[in-house]
Amino acid sequence: MSRSTIDIVNRNLAKRYAKEKRFRLFGLLSILAGLTALCFLLVTIVSNGWGAFTQSYIQLTLDLDPETLSITDPLDNDQWSYANYTAVIKKSLRERFPDIKSRKDKKRLYRIISPGAGYQVNQLMHDRSLLGQTVTIWLPADDDVDSVIKGHIDRNRPENERRVSDKTLALIDELVNSDQLQRKFNNVFFSAGDSSEPEQAGIKGAMLGSFFTLIVALLLSFPIGIAAAIYLEEFAPKNKWTDFIEVNINNLAAVPSIVFGLLGLAVFLNWFGLPRSVPLVGGIVLTLMTLPTIIISSRVALKSVPPSIREAALGLGASKMQTIFDHVLPLALPGMLTGGIIGMAQALGETAPLLMIGMVAFIVDIPGSFTDPATVLPVQIFLWSDSPERAFVERTSGAIMVLLMFLILMNSIAVLLRKRFERRW
Amino acid sequence: MPFHTLFTIFVVVIAFCFFAGQRRALKLKSDGSSLHSLPFYHGTWLIIVGVLPALIILLVWSLVESSIIRSVILSELPANLMLVSPAEKSLLFSEIANLSNGQILSPNAEQLAPLSNRYTLLESLSGQLKLGLALIISVIGFGLGWLRLKPDFRARNRFESTVRIILMSCASLAVLTTVGIVFSVLFEAMRFFDTVSIFDFIFGTHWSPQIAIREGQVGSSGSFGAVPLFVGTMLISAVAMIVAVPIGLMSAIYLSEYASPKFRAFAKPLLEVLAGVPTVVYGFFAAITVAPMLRDFGEALGLSVSSESALAAGLVMGVMIIPFVSSLSDDVINAVPQSLRDGSFGLGATQSETIRRVIIPAALPGIVGAILLAVSRAIGETMIVVMAAGLSANLTINPLETVTTVTVQIVTLLVGDQEFDSPKTLAAFALGLMLFVTTLCLNVVALYVVRRYREQYD
Repeated sequence: MSRSTIDIVNRNLAKRYAKEKRFRLFGLLSILAGLTALCFLLVTIVSNGWGAFTQSYIQLTLDLDPETLSITDPLDNDQWSYANYTAVIKKSLRERFPDIKSRKDKKRLYRIISPGAGYQVNQLMHDRSLLGQTVTIWLPADDDVDSVIKGHIDRNRPENERRVSDKTLALIDELVNSDQLQRKFNNVFFSAGDSSEPEQAGIKGAMLGSFFTLIVALLLSFPIGIAAAIYLEEFAPKNKWTDFIEVNINNLAAVPSIVFGLLGLAVFLNWFGLPRSVPLVGGIVLTLMTLPTIIISSRVALKSVPPSIREAALGLGASKMQTIFDHVLPLALPGMLTGGIIGMAQALGETAPLLMIGMVAFIVDIPGSFTDPATVLPVQIFLWSDSPERAFVERTSGAIMVLLMFLILMNSIAVLLRKRFERRW
Repeated sequence: MPFHTLFTIFVVVIAFCFFAGQRRALKLKSDGSSLHSLPFYHGTWLIIVGVLPALIILLVWSLVESSIIRSVILSELPANLMLVSPAEKSLLFSEIANLSNGQILSPNAEQLAPLSNRYTLLESLSGQLKLGLALIISVIGFGLGWLRLKPDFRARNRFESTVRIILMSCASLAVLTTVGIVFSVLFEAMRFFDTVSIFDFIFGTHWSPQIAIREGQVGSSGSFGAVPLFVGTMLISAVAMIVAVPIGLMSAIYLSEYASPKFRAFAKPLLEVLAGVPTVVYGFFAAITVAPMLRDFGEALGLSVSSESALAAGLVMGVMIIPFVSSLSDDVINAVPQSLRDGSFGLGATQSETIRRVIIPAALPGIVGAILLAVSRAIGETMIVVMAAGLSANLTINPLETVTTVTVQIVTLLVGDQEFDSPKTLAAFALGLMLFVTTLCLNVVALYVVRRYREQYD
């Protein structure tokens, strides 16, 4: 009555196979968990942010008569700049709803138009021949009206629990019925700077700030990164100093980004006295942050160029410098560019170090140069995410969508470059 | 002088130097002598001597001029303004600068008027001196360089050694950055430890840095015990690692051992998208979506979950770190030699038994390294916690409550207008020092472990 080994094995086999299946399932489930999280994130952002690209506009017929504007002398420039543009809008609203008499109701009526609409009339009246004429234009509605139109405010809740009163709802319905309140493409979102009114707030300022910052970072980090990679890969003697440089680069790649912000604050702002909140300093800080990434990927690109190329060039009498700059570098450049673009994508999404150097201020003006105070897209997202209004949640998600679009674009270019120029030796 | 004028001059000077050198060399050649270097290198040689020193002078001067002017102006303040605190001095200085830029909205306008004139004068003087000096040096360099241009002049060797030095200084920038970080953080931290003892900072359990604005205000002694911050950071990082390590590791195992090449080619890049999403997006997601969801879920279970709970921040941070753990572990698992697998299969082990008993133990050092790097990433992560975790420094290990972290406090202490010398802002640098030292140690150990591990199987 001997139990052979095969019996023991066979007895446990079913159990072991079950375990195998379970283990495999765990693996699959964890990948799915990661992908589900990604999907959930993207779906939330897109469903929240989709509305930011449209905005409710109200059509009004404005009577631009000098009296309402309080312009008595059309040749006086001061009067033009201090003219009462809001009064025109208010008058037009009163004429549109002649039944509204009480002071309180009138105030409510005025509030359906964005508080910044007067500025738009001001812009319109840069064409001074319009004085005394009647124009019909679309003006942005207030963000609460916009929320009603987009269905973010539940009409069925009791009046005191929602932000919009019954009377305002009646006004909105009447305007919708007469086709004078419509959702249109949100031009303001792409053509304005920051604002405390959601319907006047746009990302153009932040996008330009990001642009200037990235240009500085690109111009600095790409040449320096390539130069460092060439030195380390082709020239550096094997000694303590080279080892030390390599250890430093590997470490810097893993240093928290906020520490680079502290460096920027202490060295560039306080020591060198460079101005706060400007793309120039932001770009320098991001350069220091992305350099390790660019150096590491450039070295990989240089390594992938086969030694036979170098030997052939050297054999024909080129100097080492000529070999590298005329023969190795052109072959490694696509790989380096790929690394550079990925580094720039990383810099575009970075927020923390820029908070440290003051790029977090409320800046309405759209920056025009490297030394104008500016903010960047991720910081704008951070600033807006603090605002409680529903309309700002929407715009934050909208800005995130724009940021993600840019990141996808940059990464696809990198992938395409790699595909197009990848060479098997 | 506007930037683009300066840039145009710069380009013109470079072009002039280059073509002058090249023409000279071509002339020498046509005279019948054979050149050591190609004419191109004679041109670059003139650029090196004609432009490079002047450029260095310009850069250095521009970097130091503002702080020198500042100290000159501040030393000439009228006697009654001399005794104010450094913070007020810097305010006065910006007033002076604004005055000289033509803004007249200043309470001290009359008193500061002579100084602002002096500021304008100094600034234009400095600008002229800078340009003049650069020009003189450029001309001298060009002249001396020109005299050296002979047929047997080794222009190429000069050029190549200069380029080599430039390449090396670019590589050394990494060292300079590290030194810069260490010194900037260390100096400010030392100044902080002058006012607050280092033991109170590291072992104190009460954190409320709101130093009084006026002298003698109630509660004017801000307390800087950083233990709640350290505990909060570790709590959130722990939650993140509990999410990221199992999921990341199992994903890596599945991708490298089980997945078909097709599935791998599809799932791996998608998983890595998680690493490419900006942290501010994760922060927004945590604050707007995950935290309210957890709060409602907790309410349904009868638990009170804070709307800025450590759990929400940790969960989202964990999701962010998944690809980090999985791609690093993937590398080390792939580095395990096939012979180990074959040996295990040959003895009759199933695939999961091979993975658990052979591959994981063999890859363990590398996996530990990867996890350490992920921990360092979690500790230094800023935006998610700034947006989703709270500000109140609770000393707790309950993940349903609000905690604050080192990075959150650095951001709160330094964002907005502050005077640079108050203990509040200096405390941020002390926290930065802690953060830097901790992550540095983690990184060094992790990189060492990973490298040692790689060598083992190479």
